[in-house]
Amino acid sequence: MRLVQPGDELPGVQLTPDRYLTVRYAGASGDFNPIHIDEEFARQVGLPGRILHGLYTMAQVARANTEAGGGPASLKRLTVQFRGMGVPEVELTVTGTVTEVRDDGTVVTECSCGQDGKRIIRAAEAELRLQP
Amino acid sequence: MPVNTDAIGKTLAPKTYAVGREKIREFAEAVGETDPLHLDVEAARAAGYADVVAPPMFCVVYSLQAVWPGLFDEEIGIDFAHMVHGGQEFRWGELVVAGDEITTVAKLNDVTEKRGNGFYVFETTSTNQRGEPVCTGLWTNIVRGV
Repeated sequence: MRLVQPGDELPGVQLTPDRYLTVRYAGASGDFNPIHIDEEFARQVGLPGRILHGLYTMAQVARANTEAGGGPASLKRLTVQFRGMGVPEVELTVTGTVTEVRDDGTVVTECSCGQDGKRIIRAAEAELRLQP
Repeated sequence: MPVNTDAIGKTLAPKTYAVGREKIREFAEAVGETDPLHLDVEAARAAGYADVVAPPMFCVVYSLQAVWPGLFDEEIGIDFAHMVHGGQEFRWGELVVAGDEITTVAKLNDVTEKRGNGFYVFETTSTNQRGEPVCTGLWTNIVRGV
């Protein structure tokens, strides 16, 4: 496995959410807050336009961890702060590094998710149990 | 205007969610998961699971519906139009597979005000039909300009 000592890097995730991604994620997740799906509403409440669901962005951080950790059973904990607003049609980049390997085998990673030079999730911390 | 802290500790009605195979696929595809465990029943069975496996972040699907009424609860008093998601933590236990029934209880853990913004923290606890913990969540919602 790659993730054996502090400093090891996750392969990461890169993708560009398309124009209608927020609509599909709203339907898939049940989060129909109009700030994600209605351009006019989003502007009326002072946002630049429709924004990505923070939980969608978090799902990309989760995916970077499960893909590195050996599958869905590997991810035991993930905590994030949403520090900026993600938007559709601009590439997202998730990067991460191992910060600690505990005696019980738990691998701790720190990840961030960037878009257009800004980190919209930073200092996300995950705990992984690597799967064979 | 100070935030109203009277509702701290309020527990919302439990919600039970029946996890469907196509819902897992829909969610997995929306977030870009490619692991066949989420998409292909035969692959999931070959790996020893009863059916397709939910990605960890599928917890949003079964636990959000327990939190959602809290966003419109008059005693809690969130200004939904000015709410954004500030932070989130999940801890996972047993994996969720299609066919599971997940019950989630949500509670308002804390309400604070910082620099003119209101912070509302909900906790969710989700268990499967066997009573095994599958996920706990801490949801921090920020209301701008309270």
